[in-house]
Amino acid sequence: MMASSYNAKEEDGHHSGASSGTGVSKNKKPDNTAFKQQRLPAWQPILTAGSVLPAFFVIGLIFIPIGIGLYVTSNNIKEFEIDYTGVSSDSPCYNCAKNFTWNTTEPCVCTVNFTLHQPFESNVFMYYGLSNFYQNHRRYVKSRDDRQLNGDLSALTDPSKECEPYRKSGDVSIAPCGAIANSLFNDTLVLYYVDSNNSISEIPLVKKGIAWWTDKHVKFRNPAGNGNLTLAFKDTAKPVNWAKPVYELDPLDPENNGFINEDFIVWMRTAALPTFRKLYRIIQKKSGATPTLPNGNYMLNITYNYPVLSFDGRKRLILSTISWMGGKNPFLGIAYITVGSICFCLGVVLLIIHHKYDNRNTSADIPS
Amino acid sequence: DFKRKENIDKWPKSHIDVKFKERRVKANAWDYNDRFSYADNRIKTSKYNIFTFLPINLFEQFQRVANAYFSVLLILQLIPEISSLSWFTTIVPLVFVLVITAVKDATDDYFRYKSDQQVNNRQSQVLIRGSLQNEKWMNVRVGDIIKLENNQFVAADILLLCSSEPYGLCYVETAELDGETNLKVRQALTVTSDLGDISKLMDFDGEVICEPPNNKLDRFTGTLYWKGNKYPLDNEKMLLRGCVLRNTEWCFGMVIFAGSQTKLMQNCGRTKLKRTSIDKLMNTLVLWIFAFLICMGVVLAIGHTIWETYVGTNFRVFLPWDTFQISAVFSGFLTFWSYIIILNTVVPISLYVSVEVLRLGHSYFINWDRKMYHSPMGTAAEARTTTLNEELGQVEFIFSDKTGTLTQNIMVFSKCSINGQMYGMDRLKKKTACVDFSFNPLCDRRFKFFDSSLVEAIKMEDPAVQEFFRLLALCHTVMPEEKSEGNLVYQAQSPDEGALVTAARNFGFVFRARTPETVTLCEMGRTVTYQLLAILDFNNVRKRMSVIVRSPEGQIKLYSKGADTIIFERLDPSSENLMYTTSEHLSEFAGEGLRTLALAYKDLDEDYFKVWMKRLLFASTVIENREDQLAVLYDEIELGMKLLGATAIEDKLQEGVPETIACLNLADIKIWVLTGDKLETAMNIGYSCNMLRDDMNEVFVISGHSLQDVAKEHILGLSRVSSAGHVEKTDAFADDSVFEEAIIAEYALVINGHSLAHVLEPQLEHILLDLACLCKTVICCRVTPMQKAQVVELVKRHKRAVTLAIGDGANDVSMIKTAHIGVGISGQEGMQAVLASDYSFAQFRYLQRLLLVHGRWSYFRMCNFLGYFFYKNFAFTLVHFWYGFFCGFSAQTVYDQWFITLFNIVYTSLPVLAMGLFDQDVNDQNSLRYPSLYKPGQQNLLFNKRQFFLCTLQGMATSFLLFFIPYGAFPLMVKEDGSPFSDQQAFAVTIATSLVIVVSVQIGLDTHYWTAVNHLFIWGSLMVYFAILFAMQSDGLFGIFPSSFPFIGTARNCLSEKSVWLVVLLTTVVCVMPGLVVRFLRVDLFPTLTDKVRRLQQSRKKQGPQEQNLRRVRRTSSRRSAYAFSHQQGFGELITSGKNIRRSTVSSLCSPERIAQSHSSSWIENMLKRKNEVSCASPESEGGAPKSVKGTVCMDPTDQAQF
Repeated sequence: MMASSYNAKEEDGHHSGASSGTGVSKNKKPDNTAFKQQRLPAWQPILTAGSVLPAFFVIGLIFIPIGIGLYVTSNNIKEFEIDYTGVSSDSPCYNCAKNFTWNTTEPCVCTVNFTLHQPFESNVFMYYGLSNFYQNHRRYVKSRDDRQLNGDLSALTDPSKECEPYRKSGDVSIAPCGAIANSLFNDTLVLYYVDSNNSISEIPLVKKGIAWWTDKHVKFRNPAGNGNLTLAFKDTAKPVNWAKPVYELDPLDPENNGFINEDFIVWMRTAALPTFRKLYRIIQKKSGATPTLPNGNYMLNITYNYPVLSFDGRKRLILSTISWMGGKNPFLGIAYITVGSICFCLGVVLLIIHHKYDNRNTSADIPS
Repeated sequence: DFKRKENIDKWPKSHIDVKFKERRVKANAWDYNDRFSYADNRIKTSKYNIFTFLPINLFEQFQRVANAYFSVLLILQLIPEISSLSWFTTIVPLVFVLVITAVKDATDDYFRYKSDQQVNNRQSQVLIRGSLQNEKWMNVRVGDIIKLENNQFVAADILLLCSSEPYGLCYVETAELDGETNLKVRQALTVTSDLGDISKLMDFDGEVICEPPNNKLDRFTGTLYWKGNKYPLDNEKMLLRGCVLRNTEWCFGMVIFAGSQTKLMQNCGRTKLKRTSIDKLMNTLVLWIFAFLICMGVVLAIGHTIWETYVGTNFRVFLPWDTFQISAVFSGFLTFWSYIIILNTVVPISLYVSVEVLRLGHSYFINWDRKMYHSPMGTAAEARTTTLNEELGQVEFIFSDKTGTLTQNIMVFSKCSINGQMYGMDRLKKKTACVDFSFNPLCDRRFKFFDSSLVEAIKMEDPAVQEFFRLLALCHTVMPEEKSEGNLVYQAQSPDEGALVTAARNFGFVFRARTPETVTLCEMGRTVTYQLLAILDFNNVRKRMSVIVRSPEGQIKLYSKGADTIIFERLDPSSENLMYTTSEHLSEFAGEGLRTLALAYKDLDEDYFKVWMKRLLFASTVIENREDQLAVLYDEIELGMKLLGATAIEDKLQEGVPETIACLNLADIKIWVLTGDKLETAMNIGYSCNMLRDDMNEVFVISGHSLQDVAKEHILGLSRVSSAGHVEKTDAFADDSVFEEAIIAEYALVINGHSLAHVLEPQLEHILLDLACLCKTVICCRVTPMQKAQVVELVKRHKRAVTLAIGDGANDVSMIKTAHIGVGISGQEGMQAVLASDYSFAQFRYLQRLLLVHGRWSYFRMCNFLGYFFYKNFAFTLVHFWYGFFCGFSAQTVYDQWFITLFNIVYTSLPVLAMGLFDQDVNDQNSLRYPSLYKPGQQNLLFNKRQFFLCTLQGMATSFLLFFIPYGAFPLMVKEDGSPFSDQQAFAVTIATSLVIVVSVQIGLDTHYWTAVNHLFIWGSLMVYFAILFAMQSDGLFGIFPSSFPFIGTARNCLSEKSVWLVVLLTTVVCVMPGLVVRFLRVDLFPTLTDKVRRLQQSRKKQGPQEQNLRRVRRTSSRRSAYAFSHQQGFGELITSGKNIRRSTVSSLCSPERIAQSHSSSWIENMLKRKNEVSCASPESEGGAPKSVKGTVCMDPTDQAQF
């Protein structure tokens, strides 16, 4: 950049060039390699009607069937959704929502009745959905300590600063720390089937197998403590909003307790968008021909612990079957059909344009 | 205007170093000299050493705006309240960039250091304690007395004390300093010139008081105080560092300036950094992007404030505000900075580095090009500046020097017309055998002629032919030197004369020797001595020269040669018929661009001559009006001559010059010739290289001497051009074919140096520019180096066009430095032009390849590169902007931090670099064949603000789709095992994967030339992306650093889903399709020339290669004078006075010892040597490379040693 114009090498080069023979100069001839002479063999694609138009048709012809397939599959999925937030006064949970206080000992329970008009075959997945809940807020997202959740003992007693203000409770560090853990969804949902003679039977809900395998087995680990979680967490406090400490999330099943509680893991995988659903329970298909959820009346028993009304949030229960492409998702099918059709139409339009205006002779009008 | 003028005025003054101190140096007195602490002789052009490298280099690097900007970002990121990204996302690219730059700087500096070392360690002989000792250069000190030997470089600026030659003379070559290859003579003071032995030198204790160090090469003032006397010193007594001692066995000198204080080092100031227009555009665009960045930041910050006010406050149940977060507004303020951090990638740090890398690559391709390698000289093209390449694709004006650039400065006797008979073959069909001159033992074997009928005529003793060559052998001012029997060397004042005398020599009229009174010829083997009675010298008004000789038979004859127009006026009526025939021949010569002279003689009556001679002697003694009186006398005697014929000399053009000029003209590049030569010579070259043609509508010659004259001529010309041009232009518009445009009125402008001086005044310069730009050809002759620079400056200032100056000599340096791009022709006339240039090569014709192939490619590649680069970064970064609307404007990133870190430097850097390095739209043959392909570069079409907008718009659209397609698909997305993966990490991985695939497909569409490297880089980058993705999200890395790699397992869970791939596929197609449609429609409906040539190229590739038929440039001719003679006045007198006649020449066959001393003659000889290029080399050196060694061959001591 700031080179000086004087260069002793050149001074010398000039001298030798002027007086010495051709022996030196021979070496200066550049190599005759394809690379140095910029003659590397190369493929030189050109956008011609012959290559572009077929591409459009092919895309169209591939996308439209995919789209139709997706759309049909998505439509075949049965899904039932019910909002139990309790905003309107005729909602069963109106009172619970209205009279919510943080430190009650007596949980408020409400019951929502609903009817399934179609039977749900195969496994049914039970989700809770939250709206207007900003799990993707930067301060929220970073408010966790993965080392602590991974069972790191030092992080257990001294969590990361990112967890503030849910890092310590008094002098005792919180486990699990941070805003995410603190806001763990803690409604309890129980589903009952009301059969034709009004007898009520509880539907068995499977609570394991709802988290990703990697999360459950690699990312989340309980701190070592000779198998006794109470001991392992003895120097820590429970998160502020929690009613019970982490080692009592599922006292009956040590494989689902503490940090590796699957409800907890599912919650900790923060959603991308403010409206989201998370898997709550799985209703396994019973053997035999009976549908998993036959049509008829159901009763949803909610232990209403989780306040969302204050920020205008919503809580929903979703029951859904799934297919090869996952859950009910009309967007992809429609998008594929649309894009495929547009491609196909564009192909046609371009073909017409190309033929109508194709009056060039490729080489005739090139001035040389 | 005033300011501009001031700038020009400042130009020459800037060299003057204003320091009013004096320097005292005492010979052999170190203690005394040490008191002043003068610089020692060590030079240091390197900037760093091992310890200072890091701090200095870093300091320099952080002075660049981009680097400073990124360090500011880094600091912002360290503030936890703002930091939306980890520190490594910025520091990794920054360190990467810094390291690359540092490595480059370090290698450059290392090479500088090596060359410094090499120079510093050269040996020189220093007088220390009574004996000569070998010392390294760097240990030479001011006041030392050193000994130099022949062909050694001068180690420092030294005062010449004595030399091996008589009178303390010595010769130096100053090519390194001023580019002049002729030898210069230096003479020591008479008092010191006999100090030639060591004991005397030991006792020398003179003290020099002189000017302080400065950079004026041609000036030195000082005084030597010795033995109580004062002796004035000037430049003629100094040997400057950088010179080479020639033809002098040894000399002693006293060091006055050493090392960095030498004039050479004082002259190499830091070179001004040239910037390309793309650079400037890029800087503007980066500023716009900054502005855009700030706008986005403000929008999002406002969004954040609103969100915090209406939503965030309520959401504090689950996400309380930080303690310092007093209000939503303050929170918005912090968010602004957070967004500045995460959106900073719209101004990519890797942009600058990538651009540098590309330019470096392009420079290497220029260096490596075998088609620009000149094998006879062994010089390859060299890109000396690596930052200007793309500007080579935008050149609109070329300013070319003539001598040595367009021409080889070799004159060849090519044709002649004797007594109405024309001899010589058309130079375009040199198939006939060269004439055999073996009958003549004294012939110059390098002389070639292609018409044997002339030899026949000579052998037949045709009197007219004999008289013709006798005239050529007698009427000239050439000095002969016969080193051995038959080994004749001519030293001619102008190459034209050399060519003529050499022709006469070969045809049997050998000019053998001269004394002040005689000329000895060897006519067909017979020695004849003519008495030289008078030389009627050449000047620019007379345009002729004559000699009056008395033959051995006692006849007095006047022989004259000169411009045809002049000679024809003074012919005897008896020659009238011959005149017409000769005139026809002359016009034929003129049509071929040959330089012509007419020859005539006159028999003089003894008595008449005696009277005339007396008047001449009288006239030459008068003091007043001597010149005029002589001219009258000359005129008088040169009347009534008889025509002999005419000669035609070819001023040999460099190879391929007319073709190159024709080709560059087709590319709409205007070529202006700026030459120090005379009007006639310049015009002649104009014709011979087809810049001037007889079918041009008009050639304006402006040579007025006063301001009024010039203005009048100018305005006249302008009005004529514009009136004519107006009519024809409308015609051209009616028929919009490209062909027609070439035929519209063609004008040429030839302007003289005197007139130019007037025209460059502010009030006229616009008129000049307008007129010049309407003309197809502009030739400026008799211009000074300063004027060359001013003309370039004028065009550069007013035309907003890229200018290129090409030249070979020291007089071209100013223009080379002024122009946007300077090109030096290497190996012709020293290194000065090359050292000042940005590109150098050996032949003018390589310019065609440099511009039309390398320049065009570089521009094309750079534009594509920039377009893609901005597109890519906008597509990448703006996703965050859209996401802001869905995450409470909280500056949450979409991607994994590692992805942000690596995207620009790993995932997408190599494919775009490969495209920028290897892409070719059209191959080199077609680039040369269709010069019009060059025009888009001149019109700045491939990358400008509009293109930038389109790129960024496409980038924005892509980012929009990249975000909103997954946004539509995701909220309800569920894995096949029912677990949802609408989580933020899966979202990030999906978008990142789509992005990488979309930009890869896009670069695939942008790449026109898929070499193996492109394939490797594009597919490789995709694979590397997936490899790194899985590695970063693997169990192992999470196990080691749980907090740095929180994305564990996301890729595995996410990319195993069919629906994710469906989203990726959909995104890719939707993002790429619109661009593809637009591009296809453009190519299909409005194909550019490039598209057509590409298509043609492809269809031709299938057919196999075709022979390219180049059109021969043919000229039509009409009568005009082709007289041109690069001669100067004044040598006739020197010859008759005998001042420059050397002992050895007078007695050309006497003892060898005397010949060996011959080089110690006067300076005129050296001047002669420079002028003479043809006949100077002795016949023995024929086998070697006579051209490259030029005038110095006859002086070379090894040659002399042979005798």
